[in-house]
Amino acid sequence: MRDQNLETPTTLPIRRDPACPFDPPPELTRLGESQPLTRLAFPDGHVGWLVTGYDAARAVLSDPRFTARPELKHSPLPRPNVRPGGHDKPPAPGWFAGMDRPEHTRYRRLLTGQFTVRRMKALEPHIARITADQLDAMAAAGPPADLVQAFALPIPSLVICELLGVPYGDHAFFEEQTTVVVNMDSTEAQAMTATGNLSGYLNDLVRQKRARPTDDLLSSLITESDLTDEELTNIALLLLVAGHETTANMLALGAFALLQHPHQLAAFRADTALTETAVEELMRYLTIVHLATPNRAASADVEVGGQIIRKGETVVMGLPAVNRDPGQFADPDALRLDRTDARHHLAFGHGVHQCLGQQLARIEMRIAYRALFDRFPTLCLAVPAAEIPMREASFVYGVWQLPVTWEQA
Amino acid sequence: MRVIVDEDRCVASGQCVMTAADVFDQREEDGIVVLLDPKPHRGLHDEVHNAVMLCPAGAIRVQEES
Repeated sequence: MRDQNLETPTTLPIRRDPACPFDPPPELTRLGESQPLTRLAFPDGHVGWLVTGYDAARAVLSDPRFTARPELKHSPLPRPNVRPGGHDKPPAPGWFAGMDRPEHTRYRRLLTGQFTVRRMKALEPHIARITADQLDAMAAAGPPADLVQAFALPIPSLVICELLGVPYGDHAFFEEQTTVVVNMDSTEAQAMTATGNLSGYLNDLVRQKRARPTDDLLSSLITESDLTDEELTNIALLLLVAGHETTANMLALGAFALLQHPHQLAAFRADTALTETAVEELMRYLTIVHLATPNRAASADVEVGGQIIRKGETVVMGLPAVNRDPGQFADPDALRLDRTDARHHLAFGHGVHQCLGQQLARIEMRIAYRALFDRFPTLCLAVPAAEIPMREASFVYGVWQLPVTWEQA
Repeated sequence: MRVIVDEDRCVASGQCVMTAADVFDQREEDGIVVLLDPKPHRGLHDEVHNAVMLCPAGAIRVQEES
């Protein structure tokens, strides 16, 4: 075994090959081929670790000796991912993504009953209706269309708005603010302002619902728990942002990937039994949570993948490489919609913080991809693939626009 | 095979229900795992092993009986 403490630490690879928009940054792939963990240099001078191996990522994310608390972690990027209360401060009340057990458990368990497999399945007809309405409007407007604005963004936004009880009429506001938060090209001050705008908006909403509860998740949290307005606001912020931004990017980037893999798309169209594995494989192959998260800090010395991670060191999961670990997935760089073990991907994370809304996201994707390609059999890109603007500098990968066209019946 | 679940560790991801719906369910109120069948027949063993692997919280164990 080489002593990696003697090696020069790498910086987090973020540059992708423009010719391969679906592949991880080549430098990240190269690291993943050589070792499961690499010493990582942080902008503040800290030296921690980058995990590119599947088993090592699972080990870190499921081990309670690694903390999710923001004040104990270093940011691997010059512009940290902004959170309520600040990226280097203890988590704001209710911001359970930055908490450990048992504090985290208390919040998560207030919500998990709302996101069970059964509850999400019950939403299927409703999500199918929302999807059909969007596709009807897109067909009526005629080609070309931007698939992000016509399809990928409105479907998850409408669904999470109705579930939470956020007025969809405000979607342009919260979508724009979210874009500022997740885009690394915005400054930390801009991201903090956008977070503040979202918090202020949701805090007003919480107060309205406390006065006049309606039939939605936010109202039931208000009436059935003893959460404060601040806790409710931060929970609503977490659910609203996570609920639309991630699924929207999966829908658009997934549609782009399918259009660029015509044999796979033909197989998808021909066989409805492929829907579930196709969604899992697209999640594995695309891994849109691609930068700097998830990350943890060691609260003790822990051995992972043959290396000792020292107490206090920050560990960053390089999920795009993790989900293409050849030791876990055969022929990992190929998109194969019938890959039976695709569900073992870590695109929803792993451990106690694994995505709360994963069953909702799955159902949205299964319905939306299927409906899109059924409804538009001749769908194709309206511009060369090389001209599609990629969200390389966003914490959530995807496309900024996806111009498409089709033959009208 | 004997299946053991740990409700305290469970984070209600629903992975086990997706994988082996004959063996696992979720409580209505908080999504925590409900063990439907602690001794599933041989035809379900692969699904159960898969559920053990996919559980994000390590809340499912199996004991093989000889």
